[in-house]
Amino acid sequence: MSYLYFPGCSLRSTGRPYEESILAVFRKLNIPLKELDDWNCCGATAYVSIDENRAFTLAARNLAIAERMQNNGNAGEDLMAPCSACYLVLEKTQHYMKTDEGVNTEVTAALRRGGFDYKGTTKVRHPLDILVNDIGIERIAKAVVRPMKGMKVACYYGCQVVRPFETFDHAAYPTTMDRLVTALGATAIDWPMKARCCGGSLTGTIQEAGLRLNRALLKEAEKRGANIILTCCPLCQHNLECYQKRINRRFGESIHIPVAYFTQFIGLALGIPRKELGIQRLFIPLKFADPPTKEAHAHA
Amino acid sequence: MKLPTPPALRTTVTNSPPRMKTVVRRLKFESELDLSFGEHVAERAYGQKLLSCIQCGTCSATCPLSHYMDYTPRKIIAMTREGFKDEVLNSLTIWLCASCYACTVQCPRQIHITDVMYALKREAIARGFYPARNPIPVLAKAFYERVRHDGRNTESRLLITLYLRTNPFKMLKEAMLGLHLFLTGRLSLKKEKIKGMKELRKMIDSVEPRKEAVPL
Ligand code: SF4
Ligand code: SF4
Repeated sequence: MSYLYFPGCSLRSTGRPYEESILAVFRKLNIPLKELDDWNCCGATAYVSIDENRAFTLAARNLAIAERMQNNGNAGEDLMAPCSACYLVLEKTQHYMKTDEGVNTEVTAALRRGGFDYKGTTKVRHPLDILVNDIGIERIAKAVVRPMKGMKVACYYGCQVVRPFETFDHAAYPTTMDRLVTALGATAIDWPMKARCCGGSLTGTIQEAGLRLNRALLKEAEKRGANIILTCCPLCQHNLECYQKRINRRFGESIHIPVAYFTQFIGLALGIPRKELGIQRLFIPLKFADPPTKEAHAHA
Repeated sequence: MKLPTPPALRTTVTNSPPRMKTVVRRLKFESELDLSFGEHVAERAYGQKLLSCIQCGTCSATCPLSHYMDYTPRKIIAMTREGFKDEVLNSLTIWLCASCYACTVQCPRQIHITDVMYALKREAIARGFYPARNPIPVLAKAFYERVRHDGRNTESRLLITLYLRTNPFKMLKEAMLGLHLFLTGRLSLKKEKIKGMKELRKMIDSVEPRKEAVPL
């Protein structure tokens, strides 16, 4: 088992702790990752707003590079995209190239111009899907050295990792991450908002609406007793964490709840040092004492 | 951008007799509509299903942003189908849509509502139909240029362009957040660029540009 890895622009800036923790966790589990050669921006949602076929072409170059790498010694390796927006854009490009003749003809021709003869074999995967469905919860649970007892987790999936394709989980009430954190010894709270939108870039553009969406998510998590929110997308993480202070100021709230990446949480349970997981980069510090190790548990 | 506040509820009762208001027509006559608009958008949003909407309102009920919208998603679909082109393209709705696909997965007619919203955004941008200083088209355009130029997007640079073009004052407001990101090592100013820029540009330029804008 090994994968090609598409970091995307976010993981090189605001989502840096996400990248750090992904690399650390995969290293710990002995799953090799190989960064996609000379990858380019997936186009995100903005490119689609300007020109759709060009957006598909942009994303398709990455799919074509992955296929080329598969044909050159990386056979059968899926393309892992951790940012939900990248994941969906790549998946959607793949989907429309398969189902829409117009898109297929145009994009394939464009790829040819760049010297790619793309056959459409690349499979796009999200790390949450890979960790749970390929590597398996059992294998991860066996590697746990610090059970996350006492942690009440609100698992936040956001939109684009499950919608619209529902590739590996339910569109409105996904459970993959909940099962995973339960295996780490934590409690996943029942939280109906788990796949409700955080507004994406609205916090930067139409801020009033963006802040209110995030406020609703945070309040509900708090009300249901969560002491941490876990996300699987850099944009969700940024919105829920970095705007928390502003939400408190703007709406007179006093919410204080850490928001981490699910891979950081796995890393802690696997006993990876905090620094390697980028925990120090969070705005709201993860203050809980390191949970006792398995040996300490056995002693008690 | 500020959202309009709803009018305050009337709490006082006056004794003055009601006055006759001037009568204004609120809806367009069919002759004033662009009847091909629905078909045109449907074509750009994968399939003619848009035309089979049953107006059940599931999309509006699911949409987390519908209470900020001037027209709910259901109305947008109806108006698009009937040819209210100007109203639809001038609406705030299309800019508020965060592409969360909640409506799309629930629609009983499998209408790709999110794709319709995208098609409308493209149409509005291509025709210049958006409020001045609306940051979303500006953001989309700045992003487009940056990626066209470097093949990657450097978030910090993109945001600076956005604020300079819409509301330079806001940059000061956001400065603290930026500083915090910088201090935690989450804001990189280093420009990202790919090696295969020449081949990428060749590929992108070979795709027919902006087919959305049909001649008016
Ligand atoms: S959910 Fe679908 S069928 Fe119902 S009103 Fe919305 S677009 Fe029309
Ligand atoms: S995709 Fe847009 S219109 Fe549909 S539910 Fe989400 S925000 Fe609303």
